[in-house]
Amino acid sequence: MYRARLGIRPGTWLSIAALLVAAFMALPAMADESSQGGWGLLNLPVGVTSISRDVYSIHMMAFWVCVIIGILVFGVMIWSIVFHTRSRGAVADVTLVHNTKVEIVWTTIPVLILIGMAIPAAHGLVLISDDSHAQLDVKVTGFQWGWQYQYVGKGVSFVSKLDPQSMAASELDSGISPYSVPHYLRNVDHPLVVPVGTKVRLLLTAVDVIHSWWVPDLGIKKDAIPGYINTSWFEVDATKPGVYRGQCAELCGRGHGYMPIVVKALSKADFKAWLQREAAAEKATPGAASS
Amino acid sequence: MAEMPHTEAHAHAEHDHDHKPHGWRRWVFATNHKDIGTMYLVFSCIMFFTGGFFAMMIRAELFKPGLQLVDAGVFNSLTTMHGLVMIFGAIMPAWVGLANWMIPIQIGAPDMALPRLNNLSFWILPFAFLLLLSSWLVPGSAPAGGWTMYPPLTLQFGASFPMLIFAIHMMGISSILGAINVIVTIMNLRAPGMTLLRMPLFVWTWLITAFLLVAVMPVLAGAVTMMLTDHFFGTSFFNAAGGGDPVMFQHIFWFFGHPEVYIMILPGFGVISEIVPAFSRKPLFGYEAMVYATASIAFLSFIVWAHHMFTVGLPLSALLFFMFSTMLIAVPTGVKVFNWTATMWRGSLTFEPPMLFALAFIFLFTIGGFSGLMLALVPADFQYQDTYFVVAHFHYVLVSGAAFAIMAGVYYWLPKWVGRMYDMTLAKWHFWLSAIFFNVLFFPQHFLGLAGMPRRIPDYAVQFADWNMVSSIGGFAFGLSQLLFPYLIWKCVRSGERVEGTRAWEGARGLEWELPSPAPYHSWTTPPTEAMIARGAEH
Repeated sequence: MYRARLGIRPGTWLSIAALLVAAFMALPAMADESSQGGWGLLNLPVGVTSISRDVYSIHMMAFWVCVIIGILVFGVMIWSIVFHTRSRGAVADVTLVHNTKVEIVWTTIPVLILIGMAIPAAHGLVLISDDSHAQLDVKVTGFQWGWQYQYVGKGVSFVSKLDPQSMAASELDSGISPYSVPHYLRNVDHPLVVPVGTKVRLLLTAVDVIHSWWVPDLGIKKDAIPGYINTSWFEVDATKPGVYRGQCAELCGRGHGYMPIVVKALSKADFKAWLQREAAAEKATPGAASS
Repeated sequence: MAEMPHTEAHAHAEHDHDHKPHGWRRWVFATNHKDIGTMYLVFSCIMFFTGGFFAMMIRAELFKPGLQLVDAGVFNSLTTMHGLVMIFGAIMPAWVGLANWMIPIQIGAPDMALPRLNNLSFWILPFAFLLLLSSWLVPGSAPAGGWTMYPPLTLQFGASFPMLIFAIHMMGISSILGAINVIVTIMNLRAPGMTLLRMPLFVWTWLITAFLLVAVMPVLAGAVTMMLTDHFFGTSFFNAAGGGDPVMFQHIFWFFGHPEVYIMILPGFGVISEIVPAFSRKPLFGYEAMVYATASIAFLSFIVWAHHMFTVGLPLSALLFFMFSTMLIAVPTGVKVFNWTATMWRGSLTFEPPMLFALAFIFLFTIGGFSGLMLALVPADFQYQDTYFVVAHFHYVLVSGAAFAIMAGVYYWLPKWVGRMYDMTLAKWHFWLSAIFFNVLFFPQHFLGLAGMPRRIPDYAVQFADWNMVSSIGGFAFGLSQLLFPYLIWKCVRSGERVEGTRAWEGARGLEWELPSPAPYHSWTTPPTEAMIARGAEH
């Protein structure tokens, strides 16, 4: 009985659209103080390990499959919305209520697409799950709020917490601009140091509540759970020494947002020297944390 | 506000000689399905704005990096309470409210089968939420372990902990009673000739939803009870130091939690399957396929729970199983989207507010489905898990899914309930503001998650600042736009243009459109005729 009335004039449409476009364009630019933000930060990192590259390619495959299906399905819908309308004088074809052939097709094709996606995903998963033949074991213990790293059999062990500068700036109404702190909330006092080109296995556990160890560039995330020892592994490309940052991914209380993870990947020789220095320092002062 | 339609109905429906109680007794002692439905919907609306207020606080704190408004602990309480209030207080009661109003009318029954149980199941809810919300006032403030309540973290909270557990128990009892009532009503009170495969899809989806509720709410009750005894009576179900297993809670919780997701969305599928045909002036394409797809989704919902737990250290075989079973859900869900699309194909479409919300539902829910498919792929999930990508995903399916479907349903059936039409222009404003700012709010959260921002953090590294600001602006605008909704309902009830005849919408089919508008206080005291049922079941 109630026909659709054109509630909003085209002029209003244009203004809304213009405002929206302006908002999207201007805002990221406005707050832009680090070159990494806004439009430069839309997707997963490719990362620096074989795992992260596998994950990235699975992610992109899934993304493009979704985009293509989306274009097809939304295309048909938009076609109907534009052309099969009463305002264009379309008369409903009320006999179009069932079509077994079409229904079989649109059940079977998705199954085939899913199989096509499941194969690379399962293959990637099998590779990621293989943590055998590790060349270095590090035990990672989450606690409220920080991480303890123990180099198994190397006599090196230390605690890694949020750096003091971030800590000070992160207080409620601290008056310190987060932009003035290098790597705000993503910096620690003692980073995890690992060699490149080496299969490093992590043995993850926690002492109080559940935490989760995540560094996007390494492509792994694994929960650290009291009473469990979970394993995960990564091997930083030999050509990609550097500093890689992440943070705890499982809600673990007030300090959840304040337990970053920093991984410093050194060349094999530099790592060896670092490890010897650390082991010697720990022998001199047993139990003391040092970098 | 809510009383108006019924007094109107009484005055104008000459054949309705019922003497209903007046004043507060009508509501406190309510046994009429329409009154109870109204109370559920009003309650849900209040909770929607309560949970929305928490969301606005969250977005305000996240507007820029650094802590400006609330302490980190309070922030965690806000995210926890936002989740609990929206899921158990806004979405679920809204569906029960719509079920109460529509199921008896749509199957030609005079009322729900168990009217006093119906009263009880509603009146438990305000007390449950009073208990939950008053936890803000106790020492240590409201629960802050997330709506998922994982131990050992949740066991660390003080006075609010038992309040949370008992509030969950009460909500669970309310849901179970409501679900039993729906099942008994649909199985026993269908009018002669209303066979199962002639039922409207809203009734079908609710029937399946009710079975899910009865199956999983007791599981949640069990999980939180075990946590309660861990906390107070020295058991160690989830305490590793005592031989327990914190991961077991997650298995039990998500065995409830995944069907719960479908509890919130399946009735939405039903509503959309009513609205799209009505405004395409064409019967629903593939009615039976829709019924079977709904049942398949419900079945699959019981065997996919661990996809919420891919990072807890499951064995490879379990990861593969849950990845494959989760991907399978895309098939029946796809069938639904294709059927809606085919329903519109070669139709004669008009775009009144219910149809606009239904179309936004199909587009945006599908986007949520796409990100869901991506999340099913375990290796990729290792990156997505517990990030804003997940937050974006479940808001696409719960806000532009469940909440938009509820709004679509209200815009569709409101003229039938009150016998008056609402302000179409205002409703379109509500739609466009909601649809646009929803996307400004949640689309950038995909970027944030992929770029590495975890969920449930009160403060973030500065590279996430830009999109958080955009998201917050979208959030404020989306939240404020929602105020139009209760305003235009109030305006409609008070002074809307009267709806003549039985059908408020030209293409509407079903038994509710065979009744006068507003629907009489007691409808179908004599069963509908075969002709009416046949007209409604044209599919």
